[in-house]
Amino acid sequence: MEMPQPDASVIARKARIVERLQKVMPKTAVIHDPAETLAYECDALTAYKCPPLAAILPANTEEVAAALKICHEEGVPVVPRGSGTSLAGGALPTADSVILGVARMNRVLDTDYDNRIIRVQTGRTNLSVTGAVEAEDFFYAPDPSSQLACAIAGNIAMNSGGAHCLKYGVTTNNLLGVTMVTMEGEVIEIGGAHLDSGGYDLLGLICGSEGQLGVVTEATLRILRKPEGARPVLIAFDSNEVAGACVSDIIKAGVLPVAIEFMDRPILEITEKHAKAGYPDCEALLIVEVEGSEAEIDAQLGLIKQIARSHNPVDLREAETAEEAGRIWLGRKSAFGAVGQVADYMCLDGTIPVSELPRVLKGIKEISAKYGLNVGNVFHAGDGNMHPLIMFDANKPGDLELCEACGADILRLCVEVGGCLTGEHGVGIEKRDLMGAQFTAADMEAQMRVKDVFDPAWLLNPAKVFPLETSRARRENEVAA
Amino acid sequence: MLSPANEAELAAMVADATDPLRIVGGGTRAIGAPAPGEVVSLAAMSGIELYEPGALTLLARAGTPLAEIEALLESEGQMLPFEPPHMGGLLGRDGTSTLGGVVATNAAGPRRLQAGACRDALIGVRFVDGSGTIVKNGGRVMKNVTGYDLVKLMAGSWGTLGVLSEVAFRVLPKLNGATLAVQSAGPSEAVDIMTKAMTSPFDVNGAGFVPGEAVYIRVEGLEASVAYRVGQLRDLIGGEIDVIDDPVASAKLWQRLRDVTDFAEGSAAVWRVSMKATDLLEQIEALEGAEYRLDWAGGLAWVRMVDGAAEADVVALHQALQAACLAKGGHATLMRARDAVLGQVPAFQPEAPGVARLSAGLRQKFDPRGVLNAGLMGA
Repeated sequence: MEMPQPDASVIARKARIVERLQKVMPKTAVIHDPAETLAYECDALTAYKCPPLAAILPANTEEVAAALKICHEEGVPVVPRGSGTSLAGGALPTADSVILGVARMNRVLDTDYDNRIIRVQTGRTNLSVTGAVEAEDFFYAPDPSSQLACAIAGNIAMNSGGAHCLKYGVTTNNLLGVTMVTMEGEVIEIGGAHLDSGGYDLLGLICGSEGQLGVVTEATLRILRKPEGARPVLIAFDSNEVAGACVSDIIKAGVLPVAIEFMDRPILEITEKHAKAGYPDCEALLIVEVEGSEAEIDAQLGLIKQIARSHNPVDLREAETAEEAGRIWLGRKSAFGAVGQVADYMCLDGTIPVSELPRVLKGIKEISAKYGLNVGNVFHAGDGNMHPLIMFDANKPGDLELCEACGADILRLCVEVGGCLTGEHGVGIEKRDLMGAQFTAADMEAQMRVKDVFDPAWLLNPAKVFPLETSRARRENEVAA
Repeated sequence: MLSPANEAELAAMVADATDPLRIVGGGTRAIGAPAPGEVVSLAAMSGIELYEPGALTLLARAGTPLAEIEALLESEGQMLPFEPPHMGGLLGRDGTSTLGGVVATNAAGPRRLQAGACRDALIGVRFVDGSGTIVKNGGRVMKNVTGYDLVKLMAGSWGTLGVLSEVAFRVLPKLNGATLAVQSAGPSEAVDIMTKAMTSPFDVNGAGFVPGEAVYIRVEGLEASVAYRVGQLRDLIGGEIDVIDDPVASAKLWQRLRDVTDFAEGSAAVWRVSMKATDLLEQIEALEGAEYRLDWAGGLAWVRMVDGAAEADVVALHQALQAACLAKGGHATLMRARDAVLGQVPAFQPEAPGVARLSAGLRQKFDPRGVLNAGLMGA
């Protein structure tokens, strides 16, 4: 992936910029020694690396505002960073940019069970939000796979989802308010503890804007009371088509499971070797989970099992104990790690209409054969959010490029059948140059106008989301914003 | 009146406009002083483009009547998750509500507190911006983070940023429900009861209060599950409780609360106020010369001035509610009022300076000539 040429005049002013930043936060919070900025040279898309000019770790909204004001005055691009778990390169810096990490801002500011909200600083990790309220039997619903490490700031930037969003929605459906700092250093409160704000839905616009509109320092999140219980069932089929049809029928029947996960044979074989979850030998495996009291779970699973049986599954197992439930989830939860043991991989994130599952899985198989790269599928089937894992060898010259071309073909297929490039990971740099497959120039122009309003100088995470050629005039400030 | 037959005609009409245009769906939801200019009616741009019950998705042209969509979904045992209110009765309009109008106003009924508003179920839009350019955003899939979320921006923008031509929704299975009717002395106790229900694990998706009548708590789902949860909630809340377990009667009650039919009669001023429940309770308890209904477990109030109230009193209450929302967060929107009042005060909630600057910037970018619903939603 191409990145813009760094601005030599900014790099030449490094000492002055660092000195100014050190005046608005503790010296230790401004990292500028090249040996130390290495830790910020990439995120979870590790194929791409570049040390930033500096990395700053402000402790509160005021320090963020002061730092942004300086960077704005100096014309320094700023790349916001949560925990650096982006699979799309959302936090990849350029050599002339300052990484603004929110990791030190991890406090819970307010918990209000009656109004069912929690207010946190956005450096707090996703799982520790639930951790702060689970003693009272509450939880925060969005649950991306990286929830142990990923920060709420990154969740908001990418509008993260997770396995359970079929029922509870994604980040944007669980975010009520933010404190955001603009590139100019202005602190703005948007939304709050109330449900509707009136006016334009700026909150909806900020969520998923990949750190390009402002730096979100605090967030008010919806918390929910935990259901009484949950139980998964495992259903194995001898073809992807039948598994896909079963997913559709379950959804049509009027039960809405909290999760419907799908794994295909290539993934199952690798996972079984490493996690030994004892999954049946099959072409496609579904894990369907429902929630409620024991009796409610029985009723819902009764209906789901009935539907599944009408599709002649090769195996059907219902968890009867917590340990069995754990085993059913074990393989699914170990899948990414297991693939990582046998190969380097790239994880795609295209979403398709559920009805197109069989066609797309077949198409992926063909693309995989064409490139000679093994592709496994493990994904959220209920909402059509695919996660094809393309396996390659990073040490083999040309293999990364081959993998990227293979990924691009798969994503183009997703768009072709009525889907999109990314369902929950974000565009970042990874899908940036494919945006034209989904959007016309006018579609992208409308989006870029939003950035013109929030960040007229185009300094916040500027080389992401839009193809470089499409955003060039703006980034180089040739368009009067 | 302009009546485009399709998106291309609509785009040409907007591009050619030299004077302001007033965008109208079915005209059942319009509030505030009417925008000036020639009317553009979306009524002819009607029709369902795609409905896939097995994928829970529906895509239709913006002028499609809401009733047609609801009937189609009903035939497959599905529904729009956000329970859109029909506002014609309350606002005294007899037009046909359209899907575009539902989106433009970000309509949401009682289920909003659990399933979200229109903006949460909306997954794709096509629209014509103020320059006459056709723009699409989102699509027909449930999870989509490709580029900025202009879908949410369009929901609730009242036709001031673009004219919607096509909208796509995530739909949900329609479930039968039952309602608990709990006796309550006043708003404070009512909010306590609703809070108790909402902080229980029993998946309540409706919680409203009609003073002098009851607090209503709704659960929906498979029959056995509903019965179980009704029993659990009855024990949890305690006191005098009636159960409306006939699904038809329960649905009818929620339709009444959703459409605020209690306030339909007369022409006294009506506000829709959304705040944090505990903040809103303070406003409710301070009301004089006005009555109210609560929804969203106390997070939404419908307030009606008594009949024949002096104009000055209406204006005073309006200013008090909007000031409270500005200070504490939320909005108070004047849904219905005499022209004399509408001429004096903004129907829409004024915003804090930072937010107002961003909103004005967006409007300028999407409608640089100011031809779309000029004057609506503030400047």
